[in-house]
Amino acid sequence: MPDKTINLEIQLLLEAIYQKYHYDFRGYSMASVKRRLIQAKSHFGCNTISQLQDIVLHDPTVLPILLGYMTVQVSEMFRDPHYFRAIRESVLPHLKTYPSLKIWVAGCSAGEEVYSFAILLREEGLLDRTIIYATDINPNALQKAESGVYDIERLQLFTENYQKAGGKLSLSDYYTANYGNATFDKTLRDRIVFSDHSLVTDAVFGEMNFISCRNVLIYFDKALQDRAIGLFNDSLPHKGFLGIGSKESLRFSSHAAKFTEFSRADKIYQKQTIL
Amino acid sequence: MMKIPYEAIVIGASAGCMDALSHILPHIPAHYPLPIIVVVHLPPDRDSVMASLLQEKCAVKICEALDKEPLLPGTIYLAPPDYHLLIEEDRTLSLSNEEEVLFSRPSIDVTFESAADIFENKLLGIVLTGGNNDGAKGLKTIMMNGGGGIVQDPDTAFSSIMPDYALAACPNAKKMSLGAIAAYLQDIVKG
Repeated sequence: MPDKTINLEIQLLLEAIYQKYHYDFRGYSMASVKRRLIQAKSHFGCNTISQLQDIVLHDPTVLPILLGYMTVQVSEMFRDPHYFRAIRESVLPHLKTYPSLKIWVAGCSAGEEVYSFAILLREEGLLDRTIIYATDINPNALQKAESGVYDIERLQLFTENYQKAGGKLSLSDYYTANYGNATFDKTLRDRIVFSDHSLVTDAVFGEMNFISCRNVLIYFDKALQDRAIGLFNDSLPHKGFLGIGSKESLRFSSHAAKFTEFSRADKIYQKQTIL
Repeated sequence: MMKIPYEAIVIGASAGCMDALSHILPHIPAHYPLPIIVVVHLPPDRDSVMASLLQEKCAVKICEALDKEPLLPGTIYLAPPDYHLLIEEDRTLSLSNEEEVLFSRPSIDVTFESAADIFENKLLGIVLTGGNNDGAKGLKTIMMNGGGGIVQDPDTAFSSIMPDYALAACPNAKKMSLGAIAAYLQDIVKG
C-alpha cells in the first residue's frame, strides 16, 4: 500500500508557500500538483516534500524555480486554430462596432496566445484601438512573454497553426530569425500590457470585451474554478465574450447560467445579464 | 457473495487500439458496476471521434472525459487527445496540459500512476497492443500498490512492443488474449 504521508507534506508545503510568499496553490487540482512537486523534489535533490519545504522557506533562490514547476507553461501560437478562426470570423465582427477594445489573456504564460491575438487584431485593423492585458502569476513567464522570443524550432508548428487559423499574410512577416530564435515584431507589443495577476487572490481590474483563459482552469479545483469564472463574469459587460480551453466547460460551474454558448465547438461563451 | 475486488479499471493501448478495444468493450454490459478509464494515443490535431465510433458497438456508456467530471460506474471514459488524464482524491477526473511523457499526451503511465495513487489495491490495470513503451511503468506502479495487472498476450497483439515492455516490467501480470480479457472483466463483477 502506498504511503499517504506525502499528501500531508504537500498540504503543509502549499500552506508554507502561501504564508511566506502569498502564492496560493492550495485550491489547485491535487493530482497534477503532486506530479509536479515530485518532479521538483527530484530536481532539487530532496528525498521528501518536507525537505523541499525546508529549502523553499530558507533559500530565496528556490521559489522562482519551483514556480516554474507549479505553473504549467505549455502553449503554442494559434493553438487550436479553429478557436482563432472563430474569433476572426464570428467574434470580431461584433467587437468592431466598439470604439475601443479591451482583451484579457488570463494565465498568459510565455505569451504565445498574446502575440496570436495581437497579430489577429492587426490583420483585422483593430490593434490600434485595443489594449491587450496579458497576466500571469509567474514573473519568469511574464518576462519571457514580454521579450517575444521563441525557439525557432517551434515556428514550424506556429506557422501551420497561423495558416489554419486564417492568417492573411505569412507568419514570418511578424518575426526576425537569428541565432536559433524568432523575435517577434516589437510594435506588436505597443498595445500589450504585461502584468502580474492571480486568479486566486486578485480582484477585477477593468471591464473587458473579450477574456481568453485557456487551459488554466483545468489546474484549479471546483471552488477555485468558480472563483475565477466569477471574476470573469464581473469583468465582462452584457454580451462580453469568454473563451476557454477546448476540453474545459462551464457546465460544472455555479456561474453556468450567466453565460450562453456563442460557439459550442470553439468554447466561446457570451455573458448574458439577466435583467 | 463474492465482493468485487476492484473499484476501477484502467486500460492503455496504442497502435492497433481501435481493433483491440472493439474486441473487449462491446462485451461490457450497460450496467457494469465499475468505471473504466481508457487511454489511447491519437494524433493531437484529430477531432476525437473515437468515443462515438466505439459507442456504436457498445451497450455501456462511452464518453470523452471532461475536466472535473465525477467517475461513475457503467461508464467508459476516454482520455481526450492532447491532454493527460488524472484522477483526484474525490474520484473526479482532471485534465492536464503538462509536457508529453514518452512523446505521448495523453500518457498511459501518467493516468495509471494517478489512478494507482487513488485506488491503491482496488485498481485493475490492462496494457494492450502498442508500438512504444508507455504503460509499463504505470502498470508496475499499480501492481506495486497491490492492484491487478493484465497484459495482452504479445503473440496476439497487433504490435507486441508495448505488451513486451509491460511484461518485462511486471512479470507477475496475467498474460491474456483479447477474448480472455473480455471474459475476465465480466467474471470479476459476478457476485
